[in-house]
Amino acid sequence: MGLLDKQFDDGNIVLTSLEGVLNWARLCSLWQMSFGLACCAIEMMAASASHNDIMRFGVLPRPSPRQCDVMIVAGTVTLKMASRVKRLYEQMAEPRYVVSMGSCSNCGGPYWEHGYHVLKGVDRVVPVDVYVPGCPPRPEALLEGWMRLQEKVRDFSLVKPQNGKPQNGRA
Amino acid sequence: MNTKDMFDHLAALFPDLELQLDEDVPCIIVPPDAIREVGLQLRDDEQLLLDSLMCLSGVDFADGTLGVVYHLHSMLHNHKLTVKVVVPVENPHVQTVERVWRTADWHEREAYDLIGVIFDGHRDLRRILNPYDWEGHPLRKDYEVPEFYNGMKVPY
Repeated sequence: MGLLDKQFDDGNIVLTSLEGVLNWARLCSLWQMSFGLACCAIEMMAASASHNDIMRFGVLPRPSPRQCDVMIVAGTVTLKMASRVKRLYEQMAEPRYVVSMGSCSNCGGPYWEHGYHVLKGVDRVVPVDVYVPGCPPRPEALLEGWMRLQEKVRDFSLVKPQNGKPQNGRA
Repeated sequence: MNTKDMFDHLAALFPDLELQLDEDVPCIIVPPDAIREVGLQLRDDEQLLLDSLMCLSGVDFADGTLGVVYHLHSMLHNHKLTVKVVVPVENPHVQTVERVWRTADWHEREAYDLIGVIFDGHRDLRRILNPYDWEGHPLRKDYEVPEFYNGMKVPY
């Protein structure tokens, strides 16, 4: 910006790349799908409440998957729920992201051996972008996971190939 | 009334039934094809009035038998009674008490879902916790976790 800096009198012009401003807009308004599956949902609600206030990251809980960017899988994914989670993910518009919150949705958690009814990790049905460890994770951990997701969105590019392949909807 | 008194009272009312008294863990063992009849008596008898079914549990005794345990409470007399039914695992049919105590409706569905006791005469004996297409009864002692469910790998 050096040569053009402070050359415009009205001060209403900012130079940036299109991707930069689009990514900035997107990462500051990641809307989450409001559903919880188990005790992690309590911590997710605590992250939304006034003390931690996840809304300062531009997070709005939305009741419909059509309006959502991020699905926080907060809790134990049972086999009965897994097909529903998958369907909800498929109903979300791209680009879409998944945050796996807590041990249960990361890997089955305490049900890893004797839980005949528990899916051992939600990444068996939907692709996961950020894993937040904990049982359950504190709201701060969820905020940290959220900031990791924002960094991921910040690096998203429509044209720049990543790992030698053009990026599709997912960053 | 304690369990012994209730047993004597019931034995006098049902002389033809093979009722047993277990004094070790106080309970009355009732044949599986008489539990509805006995249940109605337990609920409506002036001296018993066991009008509340606190809990109905299915049990796998791991010796070739399944069981159903009924925990009853009388609101008026404030006494409790435990009733048991034992059935062979090959033929796990028990009369329903769903129309005696309405509580039994979902409890029997749960016992059917997880243990596999079949309640004859139940009006809506479907699985209640597991998906409808689930195979087997997961709380049986000899249950083995399936390798796949609907294309999803189940073991860790």
